[in-house]
Amino acid sequence: MGLISKPKIKSIPYEEFKDNETLEQMIDQLNAHGTNVLVASADKLINWGRSNSLWPMNFGTSCCAIELMAMGAARFDMARFGFEVTRVSPRQADLILVCGTITNKMAPVLKRLYDQMADPKYVIAIGGCTCTGGPFTKSYHVVKGVDKILPVDVYVPGCPPRPEAFYYGMMQLQRKMKVENYLGTVNRKQKDEHKAEAKALQKEIINQEQEA
Amino acid sequence: MTLDIKTLTTAELHDEMLRLRQERHMDFLVNLIGMDWGEEGLGVIYMLESTTTGETATLKTVTADRENPYIPTVSDIWQIAKIYEREVYDFFGIRFLGHPDMRRIFLREDWVGYPLRKDDDPEGENPLRMDNEPLADTTTEYYLKEDGTVGTKENVIFQPEDHVVNVGPQHPSTHGVLHMRTQLEGETVLKIDPVLGYIHRGVEKICESLTYPQMLALTDRLDYFSAMQNRHAMCMCIEKAIELEVSPRVQYIRTIMDELQRIASHLIYYACMTMDTGALTAFFYTFREREELMKIFEDNFGGRVIMNYNTIGGVMYDIRPDFAQEVKKFCKHVRKRFKEYQDIYTGNVIAEQRMIGVGTISNADAISLGVTGPSGRASGWHNDVRKRHPYALYDQVNFKEIVRTEGDTNARHWNRMEEILESLGIVEQLIDNIPEGEYQAKRKPIVKLPEGDFYQAVETSRGEFGVFIESKGDKNPYRVHFRSNGLPLVNAMDTACRGQKFADLIAIGASMDFVIPDIDR
Repeated sequence: MGLISKPKIKSIPYEEFKDNETLEQMIDQLNAHGTNVLVASADKLINWGRSNSLWPMNFGTSCCAIELMAMGAARFDMARFGFEVTRVSPRQADLILVCGTITNKMAPVLKRLYDQMADPKYVIAIGGCTCTGGPFTKSYHVVKGVDKILPVDVYVPGCPPRPEAFYYGMMQLQRKMKVENYLGTVNRKQKDEHKAEAKALQKEIINQEQEA
Repeated sequence: MTLDIKTLTTAELHDEMLRLRQERHMDFLVNLIGMDWGEEGLGVIYMLESTTTGETATLKTVTADRENPYIPTVSDIWQIAKIYEREVYDFFGIRFLGHPDMRRIFLREDWVGYPLRKDDDPEGENPLRMDNEPLADTTTEYYLKEDGTVGTKENVIFQPEDHVVNVGPQHPSTHGVLHMRTQLEGETVLKIDPVLGYIHRGVEKICESLTYPQMLALTDRLDYFSAMQNRHAMCMCIEKAIELEVSPRVQYIRTIMDELQRIASHLIYYACMTMDTGALTAFFYTFREREELMKIFEDNFGGRVIMNYNTIGGVMYDIRPDFAQEVKKFCKHVRKRFKEYQDIYTGNVIAEQRMIGVGTISNADAISLGVTGPSGRASGWHNDVRKRHPYALYDQVNFKEIVRTEGDTNARHWNRMEEILESLGIVEQLIDNIPEGEYQAKRKPIVKLPEGDFYQAVETSRGEFGVFIESKGDKNPYRVHFRSNGLPLVNAMDTACRGQKFADLIAIGASMDFVIPDIDR
């Protein structure tokens, strides 16, 4: 009685995606104990809308960001897929596109931006440097793969990847989103480790202000 | 070229430098390179050039004390030394006596050790720190007391009551991950303190463990808008050191590719400049032409942004038979479109008011700050490496060195615009005459440079880029240093923006056209 079925992307047929197994496993998992008819139908609708209006946040540090610019321009035109609303504020973005080498000095900044994003949020690692450290793995100041600090959804290798590869990666993410249980159990809400701490701090500040 | 280095003691350094500056007009400090000579101690290599006579000089100084190395500063003679010496302090721990601002520049302030020293273990001592980075508002100055001991003094960068705005590190119009701490008075910029290193990848250190052919791959990724020219510099430096002659065909191909790369870079410059000043439509115009060029690049070497084309002694692949035809078509196309760019942006009242008379750098400042490339030429400094030290075929082609004297954003903008036309001219002169011949000279598979110091500069899209190699005769270099063309530009932002409005900071930055991975290396 699986209600969640194979995700469809209009421009690329199912067979042409390279990583169908992972998604199928995911679908099986989601369908294992059956699904609620109402919730699953609502999910389908919500996910369809979500996956077709992804607002990415550009985190371009080096060469890959140039290909991202080329993607925004006329020939490759991101707007065709609903990715064109690139945001520079993490509060308004659905996913973060990490394009380029992440260094030790940048890592805390990137983590902070990621933490500031609203759930549900996604990460795409673009380029060799972001995936693994690329040509700079020997360096003393490069994070060897952004997955050391963020949970990555899709990896797009290349140095830099072609705009087509960008799209392929983005579509992979769309498919991933399409099989999610938005209203159900697997909503990707991140647990806030510092929630209690932050509340205490807030109280303290308010108290201080009142005293002053 | 092979460098002939004169050694000075640390005691006589400052006086000798001052003498060179005043008597022999050595007013351009090309490079200031930190060195670790192991047993001999730590030191610095200075490369000077005179802008009036074209004379060059290379000097070095060594201090044997590895625990507390001190060298007198030259930052009072050349302004650019201020940032260069901070870089050397960051990498080698050499403290410069009399330098007002001895802070780290690329690495975090709580970094342990000095990574480019041969005996340092940067990764062992510095795990990935995920806490927020500390940024001090004060700095230490070391100075020589009268009795010969070293004293310290606290200098203040920002007072607690100053209004400081952080621009960056993640900001859409700083062209990368640049962080500028900007002090404001209302809307007026009072001071800019650049914080670099957000994309410091330690390229110079990695190069020390690679062989010469392996090193080439990293040069492309420094300034990715000048990928071709950067790699050209590195190849030429190695070829001259091992005395390898390249065929005329290769010279032709390299020169054409350099110029095509320059056009691509300036087209992106125009796109970014217009986008930063709010004219988003113009962005799409140049990206359209750039795609045409990308297609030619892709046909010939498979890459779009990073080409990996030049090799030691030649190029990776021969050009395709239809290359000349395609390039000629492209040149004709861009000439036609060039007018369109001006129609949509130039002459617009808003654009002109944001550019004319804004962010002025004087001629003397430009030279002292080492601002090369189109930005320096906007201040009336004839600094084109293609004219000063011709390489490849630049002494055989006709082209004009575009120089303006206003020194403002508008001059920098127009320099780049006209350089597109000059580059088209160079390409058109060469494209029909590419001689037959081999595209790769025969060489041994293992490249070993003779002992010595080598330097080669090229004119990239945004200034002088230089490769310095010190070799001990092995198949790896002993020390590699890149003269970044962007570091002086970022350093000059403080001079250009003081007293300007905050909104103009973005436009001035765009007209400087720096690329951050090249600055941080």
